Amino acid sequence: MTTWERFLDTFFNGKVMLKYLPDILSGMVVTIELALLIVFSGLAAGLALALIRSLAIRPLNWLIIFIVDLFRSLPPLVIIVLMYFGLPYAEVSPSGFVSTWLSLALVLMAFSEEIFWAGITSVHKGQWEASRSTGLSFGQTLMNVVLPQALRLTIPPLTNRTIAITKGTALGTVVAVTEILGEASSAVSNSYNPSPLMMGAAAYLVLFLPVVVLARRLEKRFAWKR
Amino acid sequence: MIQTFFNVEIIAAAWPIVLSGLLNTVLLSLIVVPLGLFGGLILALLASVKSPWVRWPLMAWVDFFRAFPPLVLLILLFAGLPFAGLELGGFACVAIAFFLNTGSYYGEIFRAGIESVPQGQVEAGRSTGLSRLQAMGYIVLPQAVRNVLPDLLSNTLEVVKLTSLGSVVAVPELLYQARQAQSLTYNPTPIVVAAVIYFLMLWPLVRLLSRLENRALAGRR
Repeated sequence: MTTWERFLDTFFNGKVMLKYLPDILSGMVVTIELALLIVFSGLAAGLALALIRSLAIRPLNWLIIFIVDLFRSLPPLVIIVLMYFGLPYAEVSPSGFVSTWLSLALVLMAFSEEIFWAGITSVHKGQWEASRSTGLSFGQTLMNVVLPQALRLTIPPLTNRTIAITKGTALGTVVAVTEILGEASSAVSNSYNPSPLMMGAAAYLVLFLPVVVLARRLEKRFAWKR
Repeated sequence: MIQTFFNVEIIAAAWPIVLSGLLNTVLLSLIVVPLGLFGGLILALLASVKSPWVRWPLMAWVDFFRAFPPLVLLILLFAGLPFAGLELGGFACVAIAFFLNTGSYYGEIFRAGIESVPQGQVEAGRSTGLSRLQAMGYIVLPQAVRNVLPDLLSNTLEVVKLTSLGSVVAVPELLYQARQAQSLTYNPTPIVVAAVIYFLMLWPLVRLLSRLENRALAGRR
């Protein structure tokens, strides 16, 4: 065997790949489920917090700012580990899937709240006053005047952040979630061959590369005009 | 509840272990942040070359590593390379993975910064006799860095947080040591302490960033 053949046989072994392809595919399904759950719940919670913050109730805002700061400064893996290994001591035992989902959703909530809030505050105060004086209610002003402008502004930073946090689904492997990396790692130790890992890596590229490229385009389209 | 999650005796017992983890986290950050900045700067300087032969592969490189979860990259190096007869320690794997991953992010930021400096300044610099490199170093970069300082800081925050991934490949940083202490004491207090340390360490940076970002977004309409 030449070196090249040996390399291929080790890292891209057809037999091993074929055997573990179903595992990787089922891992992909779990990753997609987890990612979608995180994106929807995280962004919804972030927007909700930003809207509550716009009501300007002082003590509530301090609480929101603290929560946001907390989840921005803690590493996601630390939150996941804390939930999965720590909460059982308090008689609550979330599964690895739930721990990963909640942790990353909280992190996305914190980051997106910041971005949504910055978007809302960027709309000039005069617009609020003008809308209110034409007889729109607070809610109507927010929904029909402020948010459409604010959201447009938040798209580039938001897509980047969302992708970065969604990639964190791989962290689930630390708490035994059977997503791509988890499936690939166990396949490597079962087959004593790194080919499944290469497949796992390819699976991530298949999932995330289109999103990254799409984000690049969105970024250009909604880029801040100077 | 406090007995379980914030047990003073256990804090006292686990403190030396946790402290050594903290030192390693700081050390790791001091290595990977400059490494990432260096990688990013190289990428950004290459991106200012107009030739499509440089531009396209570079964009592919950056997108590739942005699409790749850092943990997957780390595991690939840590568990994959030994099969090729290359056994690197956890620490080296973290350094390489971070160089590739965070370098791409820093690169994008530097690139945006360089592009934010008007071309006319380079031309003016060149016409006074500065070389291309001098114009870049003395005129463009200082302004570029200032323009993207919030993004650089925010990425640095992410990098420091990412060092916790080292725990997966047995690098004895803060999270790893806290897990060790937890399994020794059968008590979650060490992990809580680690979380508190991360928070206290990074909170000032988060506060600063949130101010800078708010100002940046509010200022551009």
